[in-house]
Amino acid sequence: MTPRDPNPAEIAALRQRYPETFRPARGPRLLACLAVAGLIAVAGYAMVRLDFSAVRLLAGLGRLGEFSLMMLPPDPAGQAWTFLRALAETLGIAFIGTLTAALLAFPVAFLAARNVVPNPFVHFTIRRGLDVMRSVDVLIWALIWINVVGLGPFAGALAIACADFGALGKLFSEAVETVDAKAGEGVCASGGAELHRIRFGLIPAVLPVLGSQVLYFFESNTRSATIIGIVGAGGIGQYLTELIRVLELRQVAFLILMILVTVAAIDAVSGRLRRALIGTAR
Amino acid sequence: MRVAGPDPGRTGPCRPIPVLETVSPLPPDRAAALAQAYDGAVAASRRRVWIGLAVLVVLTGLAAQAAEVRPGVLAANIGKFTDYIAQILPALTLGNLGGDLAEWYWGWPKWLALLGETLLMAYLGTLLGAIGGFLLCFAAAGNVARSRTGCFLVRRILEFCRTVPEIVFALIFVIAFGLGPMVGVLALAIHTTGALGKLFAEVVENIDLKPVESLTAAGAGRIETLRFAVLPQVLSNFVSYGLLRFEINVRGAGVMGFVGAGGIGQELLVAIRNFYYADVSAILVLIILTVMAIDLGTERLRHHLLGGLR
Repeated sequence: MTPRDPNPAEIAALRQRYPETFRPARGPRLLACLAVAGLIAVAGYAMVRLDFSAVRLLAGLGRLGEFSLMMLPPDPAGQAWTFLRALAETLGIAFIGTLTAALLAFPVAFLAARNVVPNPFVHFTIRRGLDVMRSVDVLIWALIWINVVGLGPFAGALAIACADFGALGKLFSEAVETVDAKAGEGVCASGGAELHRIRFGLIPAVLPVLGSQVLYFFESNTRSATIIGIVGAGGIGQYLTELIRVLELRQVAFLILMILVTVAAIDAVSGRLRRALIGTAR
Repeated sequence: MRVAGPDPGRTGPCRPIPVLETVSPLPPDRAAALAQAYDGAVAASRRRVWIGLAVLVVLTGLAAQAAEVRPGVLAANIGKFTDYIAQILPALTLGNLGGDLAEWYWGWPKWLALLGETLLMAYLGTLLGAIGGFLLCFAAAGNVARSRTGCFLVRRILEFCRTVPEIVFALIFVIAFGLGPMVGVLALAIHTTGALGKLFAEVVENIDLKPVESLTAAGAGRIETLRFAVLPQVLSNFVSYGLLRFEINVRGAGVMGFVGAGGIGQELLVAIRNFYYADVSAILVLIILTVMAIDLGTERLRHHLLGGLR
């Protein structure tokens, strides 16, 4: 059965009775239009300022098409073993960097959490410190560490550790702050001291969350570690940069394929681990 | 069971509650069985933790081998790190603060212009990437996608865009398009398409499907369904993720200059490589302040957006 169409007279009557329902929503619509216009205006200004030109874009796209043909078929050109070693180095950088960052961030996060250290001055200072570490990009950290420990993967691992220390510290402290306070109150009520409250009331609740965040960062760091070689801090990025510069695109394609497969594998493993961790928390 | 009433004599959170009823003890064999089961469970979980730790230690050893970790070198050279920090810090004296600041920021017109360029790169890259992600996310979301093969293909494309780091795209694009900020924007846009496309698709997969069904039942087409049933549910989340990505892209745009793709990165690289110590700190402070300001701003906006819904 199809619904009967209301006749025009009925609609007119309804319109008269509920004028506010039929009136188009001018205010929100105007606001949305203004917002979109603003976005487009800034985008237009940005395009002019950043020298966007259709000619360059088209010429570049043509060349990009040529490049993608030159990439086929991917071919290690006898360097497969070297590339695999570089890949292992990349994974090592990501692993050590993430682990160090997590170990450093763990105690600091409790100091930066409002429900552990009630002194607002302390956690404000620590939070801003973490923010500073976090705002400096991994590549910049790598450049700084190269000055200290020399070229090589160790500088890369330290760079990832520094950048992630800031990011993980912030996330950890937020996780600690959102913990349900009841368990801690229970510990306190049965005579536990402050440290007991943290050990038995907070840590068991946050540990799975923290673990899953660390795994997530490890995933994302395998990606960052592939590029850290661009500034000379070890890993597969060194080869990637060199080979792109000399346009050995078939080897580049092989490297990119290797990275894609590795990252997908790590994502799958850590995704499963993360689900297992969060599962035990419930 | 009786609830302990308020006790005016004692205050504070740790008030012992008196035992109100006597509990009849379990038969000994039953208690022993329970205690044994408990001990077994505790031992099993202890064993799991120890095995996990052992695996972690082995992996750490392997990774340390691969990454050539040399704690000795770090310990021996940690002084260089503090020296470096001390060296890049400018000499500011209270007596001549204005002059010292002017000397520290001697290149500010150029640096501010480059910083503006970096922000515009991040903005345009995020906007273009968000548009790309928006167009692709409905095809990649399992619940509203038309075809399974299309869904699979779009997901693989997004994965590719997301996995290849933006700097690698920039390296290749610099050769294809020539040096300049346009390359940085394109690289950021492609990476952002991949990252946001995936997040957007996850948001779409979590919507309530009833409005979609009712619109389909009323005879709405594909575009109308997406516009009136899906979009109102997801838009605020999309904007929130877009803002988060903008924050990340500001950081990314800051280092695009390392490969010649525009922004303030080039200046910073030159300063670090040539040991222009005061310049390094001047540019770093500019970048840190900008990133922090944008973090705070987007956080406010996102809370406002997501809070408005509740």
